[in-house]
Amino acid sequence: MDELTDDLKRAFPADPGDLRLLRERLAAAAQADGILDVAYRTVDSPVGRLLLAATDAGLVRVAYPNEDHDAVLQALADRVSPRILSAPIRLEGVARELDEYFGGQRRSFDLPLDWRLSTGFRRTVLSHLPDIGYGRTASYAAVATLAGNPKAIRAAASACATNPLPIVVPCHRVIYSDGRIGNYRGGPDAKRTLLTLELTLEAAK
Amino acid sequence: MTGKQPFEAVVARHGVTVLRVCRAVLGAADADDAWSETFLSAMKAYPDLPDSANIEAWLVTIAHRKAIDVTRAAARRPIPVAQTPGEVAAMDANRPGHGSAGGPESNLDGELDSDLAESVAGLPTRQRQAVAYHYLAGLPYAEVAAIIGGSTDAARRAAADGIAAIRRSYPGAAKAHAHERKGL
Repeated sequence: MDELTDDLKRAFPADPGDLRLLRERLAAAAQADGILDVAYRTVDSPVGRLLLAATDAGLVRVAYPNEDHDAVLQALADRVSPRILSAPIRLEGVARELDEYFGGQRRSFDLPLDWRLSTGFRRTVLSHLPDIGYGRTASYAAVATLAGNPKAIRAAASACATNPLPIVVPCHRVIYSDGRIGNYRGGPDAKRTLLTLELTLEAAK
Repeated sequence: MTGKQPFEAVVARHGVTVLRVCRAVLGAADADDAWSETFLSAMKAYPDLPDSANIEAWLVTIAHRKAIDVTRAAARRPIPVAQTPGEVAAMDANRPGHGSAGGPESNLDGELDSDLAESVAGLPTRQRQAVAYHYLAGLPYAEVAAIIGGSTDAARRAAADGIAAIRRSYPGAAKAHAHERKGL
């Protein structure tokens, strides 16, 4: 029976090229039917391979390589919807702006964002981070003040640590008041890379 | 809390099997459409699928229904040629030169595989479905019966009859495969 099964599999092949085309077609049809709740793709960048995920409302998640991408997708399935497919087209705009950012041609992002993975005070904190200009830094205390609660320094730090949209929402610009770089979701090296990129381009202006 | 996998993982895991099943049940020409309809329909219903469900059986069930839709749509098309895989196979069997030995360089493997595909295409519908769902999708006969209707025993008999017919028309099945015969 196993041999027969093997013979049947050879007689009815399903080669990877066929499957790839069918999967692309499925993503396009799902998008057209309005059932593609989360689309994702990966992009290579100077800070490693990034996972980008978007809902209909906008970019919902940016994940660094040090976060297991499968685990990130599973968390999106749990918290947003399991109707998730690899569908690069929905993320073309995001990929282009990131490319421009890393190439030094873009200083702020102009993208629809879906904030649903961040709530309450954390969301308030994150929504103020774009106020810290390109190439600048701010302390956690300053960010807490920006968010309207100067005493909530620890909460401001945890908002930055759990930012679902790093790079695009610039939590990398928040550092300790004594100048130490502090923690970062993508690791301290990634934070240093982003700050160096911005400071270098800012200084060269 | 971990619930359902992302649907992408479902496609990655089961896409190949469902495509083989569609090709075996419908033939290559209509299989792609059936595959696409199956996964689109599955994705719509996916959030409501119970976590305990057997995903492969669920997908094959949907593919079964989509294959019926595709066959009906094909039957409505006013094309004056044979439409069922069986009739197509019968026509192919009458093709001049069919079954004759190819040249010394002919690809014996590929020839045997396409002969087997034609044998499957020539089976009565229920036998073809039972063979595809049991042998290609690996579903137990109880699941096959739930999909094609009738009892578990009837599903087992349909598959056994199908396999017997395949062995008659394609003696190479599961015995001597091409690489053992290449030296001939």
